[in-house]
Amino acid sequence: MRKSVIKMIAVILILSMLVGCGNKGSNTGNENEIRIGLNYELSGNVASYGQQSVDGIMMAFDEINANGGINGKQIVPVKIDNKSEAGEATSVATRLMTQENVVACLGPATSGDFMATIPVAMQNSIPVISSSATADYGVTVDNNGKVNDFVFRTCYTDAFQGVTLANFAINNLNATKAVIIQDNSSDYGKGLGENFTKTFKEAGGEIVALEGYVAKDKDFNAILTNIKGEDFDVIFIPGYYEEAGLIIKQARDLDIDAPILGADGFGAPELTTLAGAENLTNVYFSNHYSSLGEDPQVTEFVQAFKGKYNGNEPSAFNALGYDLGYFIADAIERADSTDPLKIKDALKATKDFDGVTGNVTVGDDHNAVKSAFVVELENGVQVSSVQVDPQ
Amino acid sequence: MDQFLQQLVNGISLGSIYALIALGYTMVYGIIKLINFAHGDIYMIGAYIGFAVTTYAKLGFVPALIISMVLCAILGIIIEKVAYKPLRNSSRIAVLITAIGMSLLLEYIMMFFVGAGVRSFPKVLSDSLFYISNITIKMQQIYIVITTVVLMVILQFIVNKTKIGKAMRAVSTDKDAAQLMGIKVDNTISFTFAIGSALAGAAGVLVGIYYNSIDPLMGMMPGLKAFVAAVFGGIGNIPGAMIGGLVIGLLETFVSGYGNSMYRDAAVFAFLIIILIIKPSGLLGKNTKEKV
Repeated sequence: MRKSVIKMIAVILILSMLVGCGNKGSNTGNENEIRIGLNYELSGNVASYGQQSVDGIMMAFDEINANGGINGKQIVPVKIDNKSEAGEATSVATRLMTQENVVACLGPATSGDFMATIPVAMQNSIPVISSSATADYGVTVDNNGKVNDFVFRTCYTDAFQGVTLANFAINNLNATKAVIIQDNSSDYGKGLGENFTKTFKEAGGEIVALEGYVAKDKDFNAILTNIKGEDFDVIFIPGYYEEAGLIIKQARDLDIDAPILGADGFGAPELTTLAGAENLTNVYFSNHYSSLGEDPQVTEFVQAFKGKYNGNEPSAFNALGYDLGYFIADAIERADSTDPLKIKDALKATKDFDGVTGNVTVGDDHNAVKSAFVVELENGVQVSSVQVDPQ
Repeated sequence: MDQFLQQLVNGISLGSIYALIALGYTMVYGIIKLINFAHGDIYMIGAYIGFAVTTYAKLGFVPALIISMVLCAILGIIIEKVAYKPLRNSSRIAVLITAIGMSLLLEYIMMFFVGAGVRSFPKVLSDSLFYISNITIKMQQIYIVITTVVLMVILQFIVNKTKIGKAMRAVSTDKDAAQLMGIKVDNTISFTFAIGSALAGAAGVLVGIYYNSIDPLMGMMPGLKAFVAAVFGGIGNIPGAMIGGLVIGLLETFVSGYGNSMYRDAAVFAFLIIILIIKPSGLLGKNTKEKV
């Protein structure tokens, strides 16, 4: 008796699974809308990047929709959280492409999560674009040197950032001896560290010490005490704000006053709360955008953003997200179709797209060719920025 | 030499925190032979309680510490009553797995309510610095060490001089005999959880203030390292946990300071393996033979 009940339940469960499969693809949407997937880190340890990007994208989509949409069609964003986990990013991408019927996917914000969506994009032939995945290898070009057809990015790479920062340290900070404290648990930290070291050494500089840490570390006093005894001009921290903020605080507490240099991972408001505004002086980081510019397009964006988000100053991720929203809309408009293949061809042909983070031209390797800004912080506030163009 | 002393200061303040967490592990193990893996997460919740008290209620360091300890003690009792007591006569592996489940439950409940991002504490303790020759000492490091020492003295007093302490020692020696002598075993076990959790709560507040960064998964690594500290000192042995905590803190600091910062965590766990091979009962642990 009992066994047969269990069998019946099993049969019912299996049937219900099959029924579930049958429902797949019910979200076809209607002809007058364009569904675009947003696969972002809305929770988890880099939630700040994901949330900021999404704020920028949503602002762009709202503006586009208010102005009549793309060729008369409204954009419908389908936003799903990937929890800052690569595995989750893959399943979100699969869901967006197979069940939500999106024409393109935006995000995730970080390289590791973005890479996890690439196989899904290639398999389903749907373009994925990230505005902040800066890793050098394995993003738009696979390990065999073949361009991933459906993968694009609208930002520069870590190689460019590392080189830019090394040149900045030598030319603008007159540094000849550097200490590197890098996040060894991410490709981002290691990639930046490598490129910085290479350029810095080629220009005659010397790396006095190379220290490492892993994500979630909180105590850096031992490392910092160790380097305090060394003679150096600059500290380079290739890593994310969560640990970089704590390193800066603990370094300043130990009376290490040397300039601190970082990359776009510093670009989050949490850096200020973690490090303390008073410790963020003589800190420089490369960024995708600077709100200090005089460009009318930028000032207009800053005004509109403040109006929409309670007077908050837009961050680089906000600006990148905003550009990404227009970037995909521009491609869909030129493709004049919601066919992912045509959108892919239009993305590939993008030339001199004029955004608030600078002009974007999609190169042969699907990377964006654009300039970087090195921003200086004083008491936690951006006081100056230097624009560095690609060579 | 200066650098050595500076690293010593860094190591002691880090080790004090490990020692506070290790005490909870060792006390619970001593009394019901359970490795309470949820302990690191009680430490995390202690940090969040401290955060809420200082940020929203705008109270200072001492009230935050006390409120956090009291609430963590209550949480410890609840966890014991709900999750471990019904399993008291089950196999030890069942309780151990429940403890791991409890740990994940606490982590993800917190993540659901407070989000996964890091938060920073308001400035409740002076972060002034002072110098002894060339060594920098932070006021907060002094607070950490003083708080730890005071709590440990109180703990020693409770365990060795009070009636409930005597009951705790009796239960840990022989639960059934203690019950026959009229000791309320259940209450004693709850009390042990309360004290252990209160110490973890205190450690959470201290870490939150010192490092200025808390997140729902912050309990994992320190929890594991405190466990190593407890094993090193001899699990079940209270002075052993204090020494173990300090040794692990110093070990980590000197590995990062003089060796390679990348091998720091590896060194701690390699140390655990070495202890288990050479002296499985730990530094101060008694070598008891398992009766069959």
